[in-house]
Amino acid sequence: MNDNDHVSPASLSTGSGLNLNHCLPNPAMTNETVKMPQSHIQAVAVEKTYRKGEHRIPVLRGVDIDVHRGEFVSIVGQSGSGKSTLLHLLGLLDVPDVGEVNLYSQRIDDLPERSRDELRNRVFGFIFQFYHLLPELNVVENVLAPLMIRYSARDFWKRRRELRKDACELLETVGLSHRLNHKPAELSGGEMQRAAIARALIGKPEILLADEPTGNLDSSTGQEIMELLTGLNGVDDLTIIMVTHDESIAQQAHRIVRLTEGRLQAWSDAA
Amino acid sequence: MYKLLLCARYLRTRYIALASIISVMLGVATMIVVNSVMAGFSTEMRGRIHGILADLVIETISLDGREDPEAHMKRIQEVAGDYIVAMSPTVEVYGMLSFQYIGQWITHPVTLIGIEPGTKAQVGTLSEHLGNYQPEMDADGNLIRPARRTMDQPPDWELAGEFMKYRRMRAEQQRLFSLNTDTDVDLPPEEQGKHPGAAPFATKNLNPFDDPGAPTQVEAVTEEVDAAAPDRGRLYVGAGLISFQYEDKETNTLKTKPMIQPGDNVKISTVNAGRPPDAVHFDATVVDVFRSGMSEYDSSLVFVNLDYLQEVRGMVDPTTGARSITTIQIKLKDFADADKVVERLRSAFPPGLYTVRTWEQKQGPLLAAVAVESAILNVLLFLIIAVAGFGILAIFFMIVVEKTRDIGILKALGASSSGVQSIFMSYGLGLGVVGSGVGVVLGLLFVWKINTIEAWLTWLTGIEVFDQRIYYFPEIPTHVDPFMVTWVALGAVGIAVLASILPARRAARLHPVQALRYE
Repeated sequence: MNDNDHVSPASLSTGSGLNLNHCLPNPAMTNETVKMPQSHIQAVAVEKTYRKGEHRIPVLRGVDIDVHRGEFVSIVGQSGSGKSTLLHLLGLLDVPDVGEVNLYSQRIDDLPERSRDELRNRVFGFIFQFYHLLPELNVVENVLAPLMIRYSARDFWKRRRELRKDACELLETVGLSHRLNHKPAELSGGEMQRAAIARALIGKPEILLADEPTGNLDSSTGQEIMELLTGLNGVDDLTIIMVTHDESIAQQAHRIVRLTEGRLQAWSDAA
Repeated sequence: MYKLLLCARYLRTRYIALASIISVMLGVATMIVVNSVMAGFSTEMRGRIHGILADLVIETISLDGREDPEAHMKRIQEVAGDYIVAMSPTVEVYGMLSFQYIGQWITHPVTLIGIEPGTKAQVGTLSEHLGNYQPEMDADGNLIRPARRTMDQPPDWELAGEFMKYRRMRAEQQRLFSLNTDTDVDLPPEEQGKHPGAAPFATKNLNPFDDPGAPTQVEAVTEEVDAAAPDRGRLYVGAGLISFQYEDKETNTLKTKPMIQPGDNVKISTVNAGRPPDAVHFDATVVDVFRSGMSEYDSSLVFVNLDYLQEVRGMVDPTTGARSITTIQIKLKDFADADKVVERLRSAFPPGLYTVRTWEQKQGPLLAAVAVESAILNVLLFLIIAVAGFGILAIFFMIVVEKTRDIGILKALGASSSGVQSIFMSYGLGLGVVGSGVGVVLGLLFVWKINTIEAWLTWLTGIEVFDQRIYYFPEIPTHVDPFMVTWVALGAVGIAVLASILPARRAARLHPVQALRYE
């Protein structure tokens, strides 16, 4: 899937002097037969402090994390342990006060805003606890939203049939082909999360960032979502980083990272 | 793409925002209606003034006038003949008009204009305003009587047959009356002695010194036919001078009651051209009633036959017979050349003796007042739209707050700040376009149906909204200027866009993490 991407990296319009070629997977490297674990995304000694009025609340106090390509990592911890913040830093939704975030060993957290927007659109896919679908748009339009952001109105219009077909296929994969033209308000929680997963995948990202994807679902629906995620991880070699506080959910990942009070507590292999 | 899609969806689903643009819509509609009506009034008024004044006038500064109009007109032809269609010599002087109505003498100050109707009709509108050229209609617009004259007949000083009959009847009545009473009670004898015309049915002798005094019965009988003949002084009198308006209590409509009609005699007092000027009086027969639609003119202008006015005022040189005039009215081929022609004429006629002006310059203060009024009204109305802009600003802030989470989602999906900003800017643009579009349609519909609306409002409230007595138009005149409509619409769209800048910037600056925490 990644090999026949919609746009070749050379045609990206970053407009900021960033050469995205460095950030995208180098085919030569991915095809390497050496079983050397290759760092895909990496946080180095990141610290983050939030201000709440007069008080400074340290959320992350120097966290290192290194995720390999195709790895499924869960970040677990109690509420306020900083796990969501870490995910946001990795996904470039926020910038660390100290430390850096690297993609293929290239620093990406200090890039200009436009390039970070572009990376979020092309490299990362986000899934949230509360699904965060746009209420005005129907399911297909929600799924297409990242592509609408990526392409100009003219390009999107020219390719709308092809892109819509992709979206419908993807929705079929996640089991939502019967809800294409429904508004999010008309869907159940599980269906909304499936739609959100389809939206995260439509841009063919390399890294899927999931923030409590099952947190709002009952256990059986949650389990279905988890099966979907593990399947994606297995089939498409997708790197998945998932935040959860549910041990049984976390156990389904390759590796579990525990955060306590903004510090990394332990690495453990789930499998 | 997402910008357009979201913008379109927001437009369709946020009714509160549509409510905010109702004010824009109303502002636009009001501006269009007010401007159209004011432009209608102004064009109508200008047309009427222009018609009466002619394009250019050369006036002598002294009321005595200058001799030899032919030489003047020849000189004008030499200087600017290429631009000129027609010229008409006139004498303008102030005077008083007196007539008797139900036993009372009524006097009005007037401007006397001595004209040759043939040439006067060429330099401006004259026939159009005269009663003889108007067909008679009843209240429903049905023709009662066709016009006495057609427009291709030049106006003259002949009394129409119908009024001649009326005049004969009056003379006969008067004769019978004087037979019965055996004395002339209408006028004291010394008055008749001085002014022969005062009792036209009594004598037609113009020389006061030949008149032996009160006519005898025998004379009256023998001069019966002569007695009915109109005086040498002939007038077109402004309708406002000789009529009054009253409200018919039964039908609640406005009616005009004439006090005298063509065929009646009136007295005119003015000054002669002597030094010092002396008062002169003469009698004249009203030949026609003049109604231009400009109340100022209709209640002050009296047109007199030029040759008689010149005689009465002593503007005819007794030795040479040369006649003087005070004004030459000029009609141009194209009014756009007016300034050029004025320049040429000013250099040809010495400024100490003559003034050369266009009709606009002559009516400068009035036209300027209308223009200033219109400008101030426009500023005020535009302020209303600006106020509406603040309404949009407030509601947009609300919408941005409501959409905080969606803004976070869009940013997480890779939308740039400028992209988010442009969603809300184009939303503002969309609202502005919808608001001013609907406003334009509404305003134009209102202008189109304004008289129906006025009639309906009058019926509903019982108060005459558009009082003919004040405005002098039977209907509300309107004139839609496409430029004005375009500018008003663009201005309203501009204000809507300006008002959305601030909320849109706020939306663009939202931090995605903060926005997503919004749950």
